[in-house]
Amino acid sequence: MNDNNAIIRFEKVVKRFGDTTVLDGLDFDVHAGEKVAIIGPSGSGKSTVLRILMTLEGIDSGMIHVAGKPLWHQYRNDQLVPAGEAHLREMRKEMGMVFQQFNLFPHMTVRRNITEAPMHVLGLSRKQARERAHEYLELVGLADQADKFPSQLSGGQQQRVAIARALAMHPNIMLFDEPTSALDPELVGEVLNVIQRLSEEHDLTMLLVTHEMQFAREISDRVCFFDQGRIVEQAPPEELFSEPREERTREFLKGFLKASSAA
Amino acid sequence: MLFGISWDTSSNGAFAVSILPILLRGLLVTIEASIVGFVIALTLGLALASLKSNRRRAVSWPARLLTEFIRDTPLLVQLFFLYYVLPDYGVVLPAFLTGALALGIQYSAYTSEVYRAGLESVLRGQIEAARALDLPPGRIFRVIVLPQAVPRIIPALGNYLVSIMKDVPVLSVVSVLEMLSVAKIIGDRTFNYLIPLSMVGGLYLVLTIVASAGARYLDIRLPKRGLPLR
Amino acid sequence: MDWLSYSEPLLEGAWITAQIAVMSTLVGAVASFALGMGRLARNRALSMFCIAVIELFRGTSLLVQLFWLYFALPVFGQILGLDLRLPPVMAGVLALGLNIGAYGAEVVRGAIQAVPRSQHEAAKALDFTPRQIMWRIALPQAIPEMMPSFSNLAVQNLKDTALVSLIGLGDMAFRAEQIRNFTQDSTTVYTLLLFMYFGMALVLMALMKTMERAVGRWRATARI
Repeated sequence: MNDNNAIIRFEKVVKRFGDTTVLDGLDFDVHAGEKVAIIGPSGSGKSTVLRILMTLEGIDSGMIHVAGKPLWHQYRNDQLVPAGEAHLREMRKEMGMVFQQFNLFPHMTVRRNITEAPMHVLGLSRKQARERAHEYLELVGLADQADKFPSQLSGGQQQRVAIARALAMHPNIMLFDEPTSALDPELVGEVLNVIQRLSEEHDLTMLLVTHEMQFAREISDRVCFFDQGRIVEQAPPEELFSEPREERTREFLKGFLKASSAA
Repeated sequence: MLFGISWDTSSNGAFAVSILPILLRGLLVTIEASIVGFVIALTLGLALASLKSNRRRAVSWPARLLTEFIRDTPLLVQLFFLYYVLPDYGVVLPAFLTGALALGIQYSAYTSEVYRAGLESVLRGQIEAARALDLPPGRIFRVIVLPQAVPRIIPALGNYLVSIMKDVPVLSVVSVLEMLSVAKIIGDRTFNYLIPLSMVGGLYLVLTIVASAGARYLDIRLPKRGLPLR
Repeated sequence: MDWLSYSEPLLEGAWITAQIAVMSTLVGAVASFALGMGRLARNRALSMFCIAVIELFRGTSLLVQLFWLYFALPVFGQILGLDLRLPPVMAGVLALGLNIGAYGAEVVRGAIQAVPRSQHEAAKALDFTPRQIMWRIALPQAIPEMMPSFSNLAVQNLKDTALVSLIGLGDMAFRAEQIRNFTQDSTTVYTLLLFMYFGMALVLMALMKTMERAVGRWRATARI
């Protein structure tokens, strides 16, 4: 797993919140175009990994490289120093994130939610941004809702808009932080369908933190089981779900998989 | 010379020191007026609040209109009204009392709102449960509603006391010798307004900081869930 | 009981009152945002300065502030060798505006801080700069929150304009006092004056309600 084509590389990353060590010397690699599912109990650090990648949290020690460049550090006169805001802003462009609570901007229409960043961060013209918004709204099946406000949409629709909003920035890596955990059960499917189509039709690198085990099994190339800030086990889904090697993995999965080795 | 104390204009420092006791006399009047006005506001506010919550609309609507009218008209005008109109109808009060009355009336509109909000904040469910237990209404009010409403009402009332203190200088127009009018008199006579007025500003800061700290202390000491009854 | 003949000078005064109210509300609005946002600035010197100004104007009496600006500031100017004599209109608008601005600053600050953190995070994930986040994401969501309190402050400001009559400005209260002095007919004049202020306050409240609805349009569209 330690080859040089990794688009994401965590090396001995330590992250503490006060007295709690959430990530304890984490080593983690993701290859370009890989779809990785991250599972594990709450507090295991799974969301923290995504948040660190999205630069919403910093790290206490260790190195992270994204697309070959350091994330939380930068080179100044050949010296490695902690990253400044300008560097972080550059790096953020590689990643897009979808949040558990959607976090759409309530005071903007669906269309404006999607065009705002491309126009004012990427510098697209209004026409270009609107075309792009339309393209991604079509992709998530909501082209006719462009003039509605988020409060007029269901949870599933809002999350699909959130996905379109993230995609509109053309990131190379998409981060999904429990995208369906806040949805009513009957709305989960429409969001998972969109994510599935994304994984099939695009070359994006995707990191998906989720409790939807069946879904993780279907779309991922590799599943990582996190516990207490470390990767306990990682393997292709068929291996990990049907024959987990570690005891802790087995314990965790027991609660989720009812029928054993169901295809 | 004022209040029998004369000031020293030899230097700015000496001037400031010599007028301090005079200003403090004014401060005393300020505090007295605030307290009297506050007490009037508390009483009138209670009366207004009970009128406003009366079930008969013939009673509650005029009361609500009156409250709104008091809230939306300036203290200065209300003061002038009382000061000039009352004597025409045979009521002659000393200026201090007229001023305190004006303060009390203006702020009764606010205190009545505090009472209403405080009472309403005691959850309806509690009152219904008490009724289901067949407790008599008087007891419900004293033992269930009041102990829970009081911790919410007192901090708000404390804040209004501080506001009243800041409105007392308006009383200077009817010759009540509170801090600001004292400073202005000194300024009129010495042509040095800067020192007296700045000192009044400083004294006000001290006053409001102390009063606010007192209000906050009460806020912290009063248990939010209600006064404990053993 | 000659209230018809009183109405002409009173209405002239009302025009002055209205102008002072509008100008001081504008100054107050600008001050509220400047002080409120400045208080949240990362620059420590700026935030401390804003806190000092806010506490100064909230902790002292408005009339004291007005008198200081009108009577004491010129003396201060003499010491500095500057002519800092303010015409009554300026002293009035400045005192009223800064006073109401200090209270408004706390409203602005509270509303901005009430915007959920998740909104900031979503915006950061989209790579907006902190300044863009404040102006495009946080402030638009904060403003509807501020409106009810701003409405109260606007009415308070209108009431406070009566104090400028004490530095000689010919507003409604000043005219009323003039008429009373001349005719000794206190009851009519001051009753009329009270109702005029009440009427202006009602108009102002209706205006603020309209503004409230205008800025909060996106909230009204929520589905149950």
